[in-house]
Amino acid sequence: MRELIEIFWSFLKIGAFTFGGGYAMIPLIQHEVINNRAWIGERDFLDLLTLAQSAPGPIALNTAVFVGYKRRGYVGSLAAVMGVVVPSFVIILLVAMFFGDIRDNKWVDAAFRGMRPAVVALIVAPIIGLGRGMGLVRVSIALAVALAVWYFSISPIWLLMGGAIVGLCWTKWQTRRVQQ
Amino acid sequence: MIITLLELLYSYLKIGFFGFGGGYAMLSLIHSEVVVRNGWLTGGEFSDIVAISQMTPGPIALNSATYIGYEVAGVLGSVVATTAVCIPALTVMMLVTRFFLRLQHNRYVQGVVWGMRPVVVGMIASAALLLIFPHSDEGRSFIDAWSWVIFALTLVGSAYKLNPIMLIVGSGVAGMLIYGLG
Repeated sequence: MRELIEIFWSFLKIGAFTFGGGYAMIPLIQHEVINNRAWIGERDFLDLLTLAQSAPGPIALNTAVFVGYKRRGYVGSLAAVMGVVVPSFVIILLVAMFFGDIRDNKWVDAAFRGMRPAVVALIVAPIIGLGRGMGLVRVSIALAVALAVWYFSISPIWLLMGGAIVGLCWTKWQTRRVQQ
Repeated sequence: MIITLLELLYSYLKIGFFGFGGGYAMLSLIHSEVVVRNGWLTGGEFSDIVAISQMTPGPIALNSATYIGYEVAGVLGSVVATTAVCIPALTVMMLVTRFFLRLQHNRYVQGVVWGMRPVVVGMIASAALLLIFPHSDEGRSFIDAWSWVIFALTLVGSAYKLNPIMLIVGSGVAGMLIYGLG
């Protein structure tokens, strides 16, 4: 029981202090899980990062599941996930309850008019870094995907499945070619 | 009410299961469910939530689930949507942790991740396009020349690794000066 509370508490801290999403929280998780608690080793942590990024879902949640499971199985996972979820749930619920009342205020509205283009800029910024080292064919695929989702309102789910199937077939084809 | 709750559950299960590539890639998925498919929010309200998510702790997928759940069906709605978005992570990641710890060295798994990567980059780009050129005029993100100035300055600030929260807060202050005083 004690360790479950410790797991919950550690991930509560991680959930409450990670602003700006996934990658920004990695150092904090590292500090808490490796240095503070010594729950997993450096090597496991590297595995964890790769897994958490390739599995679906927010990195914070995936990390919580991994560490919780390693320590205490299913119950441990649940305790860790509750820890990550509770702070953001409480804060956003409060915002949702009261934001409606202040949203039409002149100053709040002005602030959000300023923030909207900044949000777009923060989304655009990582695209350049991600696109680098992808090659012409894959950059073209990325552009086609962007167009399909934005202009033709195609659900990204189909495109993700398509990408997964293409990747699988390509690997199979490559493997066969090497064998021959 | 039940129907709405089931729709929330279904949408956020999908967002959780197909949320590959982290926060910004999930945005286009969330947008497609919340704005395009169900019409729960306008494009402008959607970018407001992204801005709020940047300033509050926690992953954007969770934040949007709690917020939109509340908007659509009150406190119960936010509990349902938040739980739904956690279920895929809990199940998939638990299975991965339990059985496939060395899975990432598997050639086929690498192939799948390799094939999805350009799609994920395209999804991030589409999220930006959806906010810059929305399908309806209601609540556009870019309303005048000042919008583009703020956009450009934030992009430069981001290139110099300035803290995103500071950039959002700064642009909020700029908005107050430009639109509040004028």
